Amino acid sequence: MSNIITVNNRPIQVSDEDKEMTLLHFLRERQFLHGVKNGCEKGVCGSCTVALDDKAVRSCKIKVEKAIGKQVITIEGMEYPNGKIHPLQQAFIDAGAVQCGFCTPGMIMSSYILLLHNSKPSREEIRKALRGNLCRCTGYQQIVDAVQLAATYIEEQGLSPKAGCLVSIKPKTPCSKVANIL
Amino acid sequence: MITEKTFRNDGYAKVTGRAAYADDISFAGTLHMVPVYSDLIAANNVVVDASEAMKVPGCIRVLTAKDVPGTTCFGQIEQDYPMLITDTIRSWGDVVALVIAETRTIALEASELVVVHGDPVKPVLTIEDALKPYARVVPSYGDSNIVVHHRMRHGDPEAMFDQCELIIEEDFETQIIEQGYMEPEAAICVPRHDGVIEIYGSMQHPFSTRRFTGALLGEPLSNIEVYTIAVGGGFGGKDDTAAIVCARAALGARLLSRPVKMTYSREWSMRESYKRHPYKLHYKVGVTSEGQILAVKTQMYADSGAYLSVTPWVTWRSTAQCFGPYSIEHVHADVYGVATNNVFTGAMRGFGSPQVNFATEQLIDMIAQRLNVHPLGIRRINMVKQGSSTVTGQVLDQHTVSMEEVMNSTVHEIGYRKKYDRCSHGVSETDELYGIGLSISYRGASLGAEGMDFCSAIINGQYDGSILLETGIHENGQGSESVMMIVLAEELGIQLKRIRYRRSSTSTIPDSGTTVATRGTIMGSSSVVIAAKNFKELLATHLAERLKCTPEEVTFHNDKIWGLTFAQSLTWEEAMKELFLQRVTPYAFGTFKAPDVSWDDTVGQGNAYFTYVYSCQAAEVSVNKKTGKIKLLNVVASHDIGKAINRAMVLGQIYGGVTQGIGMALSEEIKREDGKITTLNFDTYKIPRITDLPEMTGIIVENSDPQSLTGAKGIGEPALELIAPAIANAVYNATGIRCTSLPLSIDPQELK
Repeated sequence: MSNIITVNNRPIQVSDEDKEMTLLHFLRERQFLHGVKNGCEKGVCGSCTVALDDKAVRSCKIKVEKAIGKQVITIEGMEYPNGKIHPLQQAFIDAGAVQCGFCTPGMIMSSYILLLHNSKPSREEIRKALRGNLCRCTGYQQIVDAVQLAATYIEEQGLSPKAGCLVSIKPKTPCSKVANIL
Repeated sequence: MITEKTFRNDGYAKVTGRAAYADDISFAGTLHMVPVYSDLIAANNVVVDASEAMKVPGCIRVLTAKDVPGTTCFGQIEQDYPMLITDTIRSWGDVVALVIAETRTIALEASELVVVHGDPVKPVLTIEDALKPYARVVPSYGDSNIVVHHRMRHGDPEAMFDQCELIIEEDFETQIIEQGYMEPEAAICVPRHDGVIEIYGSMQHPFSTRRFTGALLGEPLSNIEVYTIAVGGGFGGKDDTAAIVCARAALGARLLSRPVKMTYSREWSMRESYKRHPYKLHYKVGVTSEGQILAVKTQMYADSGAYLSVTPWVTWRSTAQCFGPYSIEHVHADVYGVATNNVFTGAMRGFGSPQVNFATEQLIDMIAQRLNVHPLGIRRINMVKQGSSTVTGQVLDQHTVSMEEVMNSTVHEIGYRKKYDRCSHGVSETDELYGIGLSISYRGASLGAEGMDFCSAIINGQYDGSILLETGIHENGQGSESVMMIVLAEELGIQLKRIRYRRSSTSTIPDSGTTVATRGTIMGSSSVVIAAKNFKELLATHLAERLKCTPEEVTFHNDKIWGLTFAQSLTWEEAMKELFLQRVTPYAFGTFKAPDVSWDDTVGQGNAYFTYVYSCQAAEVSVNKKTGKIKLLNVVASHDIGKAINRAMVLGQIYGGVTQGIGMALSEEIKREDGKITTLNFDTYKIPRITDLPEMTGIIVENSDPQSLTGAKGIGEPALELIAPAIANAVYNATGIRCTSLPLSIDPQELK
């Protein structure tokens, strides 16, 4: 069996030795994807959340081996190839949902999975989906606002909720439908 | 004032994962350091044997106190905290050695092999034991476990108690709280070719970090350069403790001439870092039949743990604010910090006031209930008003005293009056009991008489019209850099995109004190205003001729610099180039000194703070009769912060502060067994999750403060300090049970 995992739409060959690492350490130390944060290393804070085949997983709790043959999306994969950011990312800025930012990547990844499966979640549904992600700064209120705002951006601007790395955008075509970088 | 849209200069970096926190930064050849603890709680004649650890391939060095070229013990007030144990262990959080290895895995493996011997002594683990006659003295300095005693002597309460219609005496107790920043402490230190050690650390006070590091290395402050990087929260908890982590990594980098990284696990962070002081409080309050509070006598004891840290300052605030925002003529307070062999306590958002408010805002409701007066009425009669005198004898006439306005705002928004009448008081036809509760507070902004209070800012205009700004306030995640940029944009009448907040370093901006005490906005933004004034004066002087007017006539708005007519204007690009051609550097420096305060420690009287933030928070709860479970239904929080500079961030501070207060009220508690902390991660130490919280409403009240150059005060700590008593009052109104200790818990047996 080939040891290939796909990270942010790029195939990566994993050595036998690295298969035993946790996905968290593999992504941070081997792939230099430092947006995946280590908050508790016990699967209780959600800072290390990534998307694994469209499911939100805590990367500190699974071995790389379990991700072989699958697609991993991290916060770094949310941007579009042209450098524009995903509506969820823009919404987190616009709604004031970012403070220290350490939980933000995990929050966005959990929200991403929610929006993939539910394009118009209620505040209650958002809270339920983010139950596994701790934040100490915001009191979560503006995070709920942000997810709702992102759903509005996606709907009103006719965007795909898919992570940017999975969406092909023609180079040099300014994409007005993708929310602007600040 | 300034912007309606949320602005964060670091927003893009943080939503894309680009923001680099300490553990995300690497340099070629980095070594990894881990701490070694011992299982001893208190012991003498401690000896460390690292011989087996050193045999592990890849283990480079094991450092102990013997390797320290400078001072092993340091602290902000008393130099008692051992960055490495010399021969005495005083708590379970003490670090006995530091293992440095080629990889973290090797360092962890080697650290298991370090052997620590010592002669255990019986630890002193409670305030009661510490205060016993002949109790073993824990601190290395002094001859008593009472490490600080603040007094307030205001009037003569003893004489007044006789004249009181009602006297209430009650004891309260608050728990130990962990700051719970999401990013554990981390540091990476790099020896530079010019002899400077560079520090990139997860810390909230670069200048403190520099002092601790300078002490440990025995080197001048100019040898150490601490950079600001993204910090994953601090809440007071990343001052001493995080500075020490940086200092240890710097020691490794200095001794081995290689970059050294030290990243804490959550368990180490919880074990070693200082916590919020647990308090025991006793109050005796005397009230007239009309509900006027005539006299208060209080004694408080705060567990300082094994080291002093900032205990004298925390307990000072408890003294200066010992009975809420009330004007009372006769108050005596005695506030003690007590040393024990527990893991030490220090700064945490709120800093000595959440504990006091938990007691006093319940006492107010207790008075109301006993006198059968409305709780709002009791508050109204006694609260500070314009020109009132505080319990420290300070007359409040330098700013708008908006206590009543702020209380009314919360009362109106939540519909307190109607809902108060609907409270269950232990009786309900369903399983759910309903209650609403409220509390008010005032909070002295900034350091007050606690310390020297000033801050600097630098504006550095560039040849192409762009501008660099830096201040002595540190970005911990609260959004301080964005606030400074917004203020500068407003002062210069320019677009935000012209400004880049320069990554500060301790070698470029003067020491402006700690970013603590709700002082970031008030001190930092005022320093920006002064620097901007100097900057504009410089520009006006040199551009007046070109603009065909006098310097006084030059104005700054609409992203241009103007003379008297529309025809006379310069773009910033033109203006900066003009200065360059005149060989003038467009550079300005500004320092804001806090207005004077005063304090007489013998009687605890004086003008404690130069201004106050007024707050009122209310909560609705339901309590399940069968389980006793307390569920929050609604929260409203109003705060007079002077002026909102970045509205969404103000609301973020309110929601976040309230949530930390909710954790204090309902779920958080550091548990210990025989001096060892047993709640070492977020599975057992329960900070609020998103599903534990109701929708909240934050209300910003704005009475521009003349003591602040922007009119803005601050919001960090006021948001946290008063929700716990509001919830406790709501729980009482639901159940009829008064909870005097934290976290609140209701035994369903008592509801039957």
